[in-house]
Amino acid sequence: MLGFILRRLLATIPVMLVVGFFVFGLLSLAPGDPAAIVAGDQASPEDVQRIRASLGLDQPFLVRFGTWGGRILQGDLGTSLFTNLPVTTMIAQRIQPTLSLMLVTLAIAVSLAVPLGVVAAWRAGRLVDRCVMGFAVLGFSVPVFVVGYVLAYVFAIKLAWLPAQGYAPIEAGVRPWLASLILPATTLGCAYVALIARVTRATMLEVLQQDYVRTARAKGLGQGTVLFLHALKNAAIPIVTVIGIGIALLIGGAVVTETVFAIPGLGRLTVDAILRRDYPVIQGIVLLFSFTYVLVNLVIDLSYTLLDPRIRY
Amino acid sequence: MSLLSVENLQVHFRTPDGVNRAVDGVSFEIGSGETLAIVGESGCGKSVTSMSILRLLPEPQAQFAGAIRFEGRDLLALPDREMRKIRGNAISVVFQEPMTSLNPVLTVGRQIGETLRLHQGLDARQAEARAVEMLSLVGIPEPERRVHAYPHQMSGGMRQRVMIAIALACSPRLLIADEPTTALDVTIQAQILDLMRDLKHRVGAAIMLITHDLGVVAEVADRVMVMYAGRKVEEAAVADLFRTPRHPYTRGLMGAVPRLGVRAQGRAPGRLAEIPGMVPSLKTRIDGCVFAGRCPDAKDFCRLHAPALESKSPGHLAACHFAPKDARPA
Repeated sequence: MLGFILRRLLATIPVMLVVGFFVFGLLSLAPGDPAAIVAGDQASPEDVQRIRASLGLDQPFLVRFGTWGGRILQGDLGTSLFTNLPVTTMIAQRIQPTLSLMLVTLAIAVSLAVPLGVVAAWRAGRLVDRCVMGFAVLGFSVPVFVVGYVLAYVFAIKLAWLPAQGYAPIEAGVRPWLASLILPATTLGCAYVALIARVTRATMLEVLQQDYVRTARAKGLGQGTVLFLHALKNAAIPIVTVIGIGIALLIGGAVVTETVFAIPGLGRLTVDAILRRDYPVIQGIVLLFSFTYVLVNLVIDLSYTLLDPRIRY
Repeated sequence: MSLLSVENLQVHFRTPDGVNRAVDGVSFEIGSGETLAIVGESGCGKSVTSMSILRLLPEPQAQFAGAIRFEGRDLLALPDREMRKIRGNAISVVFQEPMTSLNPVLTVGRQIGETLRLHQGLDARQAEARAVEMLSLVGIPEPERRVHAYPHQMSGGMRQRVMIAIALACSPRLLIADEPTTALDVTIQAQILDLMRDLKHRVGAAIMLITHDLGVVAEVADRVMVMYAGRKVEEAAVADLFRTPRHPYTRGLMGAVPRLGVRAQGRAPGRLAEIPGMVPSLKTRIDGCVFAGRCPDAKDFCRLHAPALESKSPGHLAACHFAPKDARPA
């Protein structure tokens, strides 16, 4: 088990290397010159050239990549081209809203999607099932920003139940914190709920056909115990897997959601950094996201041993 | 009063291409402590009959008629809440497939203890202690350790013992055993049968044994009911049935069992007698005798008129126009 964890952690290094290389390469190919943006509209070509040299942007690609990669191995993500702050500091300043948004979305989505999927499978073909599946299609096909603006219009502007924009840090109290996150989390969670509910339903449909479910019924157990203990525990692995894969969906969606709801998180930081061609910041955030994703998948693989006694590493 | 009395049970399944008459007017009784074997080919309705007793069939698709009286109460009329108090408690079941009938992600102790907690209100610790007792009762070595094991850590025979432990945990009055030995090795089969016979005496449960294995029937049953195409075609005490099978289908079944030293009559040496033809589709209505299409003795009369189940000798029922009848009326 410990060996497995170590091996998996070591395996993240080449993954990170490849991710880093691609991000770095893509940004080098992208049009736009940070030196020109830093220098401003009034700068002369010589100024721009001077700034470019001071930022190290006049070096060949591989040299720049090597320098950057070397620093990262020492835990240094570099310095922003614009604020001159270390990238780690900038990320640290913005991580709480994004982390909060993700966790609240995860909690809402899982606690909603799994029961919905279970009930849909139990009542397969009936009205409940059709409603859940209809919602799933809708949740998946309507873009995040549309859902966001509609929810904000109805619940924040018309009904005035919740704030329309902004983020209240958790230090200011749990209630305002949660209130500021409900609409963004619902927005972000729509596609996620749809994904989890569909997979839950499909897996449960298969599990409910199994002999041991019949055995459970033959014992006189109630519907709830049969569905949520005997069946759901057997269906857990695909469901947990898709919850993990969906984290990628959340990371992508967070960028849009934070923009719609004006939340000062990593998503906003990413957008701003891209617009300003702030390479170190973009690279730092992308690395952080992919590292998180790799880590989440490791945790999911480890959770399999808890869910199914037949799986051992 | 008998423990279980099934009266004119009909179970019809609605399918996209017509109604499947899986069980079509079957009546029988089981007394306390008695072992009734239900014999027949695959698809004759024996498993559907047993699953109807526990009402484990998908209910909107399966439509019931008739009555299933257990200790005087009609199970078909009970609300689901009441039915759940009977399942696993007064009536329990051992399924055919020990490899797939246990939940792979729960310990066997939990699976045995579950019924005890549900029906007898034991707490987790008491239930586990009882589970250990049950495991040793069904002959599993090191029950204290095995109670924490998962099904995949056990062999097929052991798992079937666990299934039996689950079924007997609440001392049921009726145990339904649906081909309990079919999936097991022959040597294990004998052990499981011995175990069931032994436990029957200890617990005093009546057994309804579903099987297509006449060897098993001869070994454990008191009475036998032969089913064909959703109907009961013959019923008798076990010795009586083996000595004088009245229905041509029963005779056909017995002829299809290999025996050492005995050659099937009128056949090439070494070949088993087979019943020609196929079981009729349960989706078309049959007016005459259901077995007429495959019966060596069938006359035109048989194809037009369904034979009634009648007493051919005391305690021996058969549904055949030409089955020999004892001179002395029953």
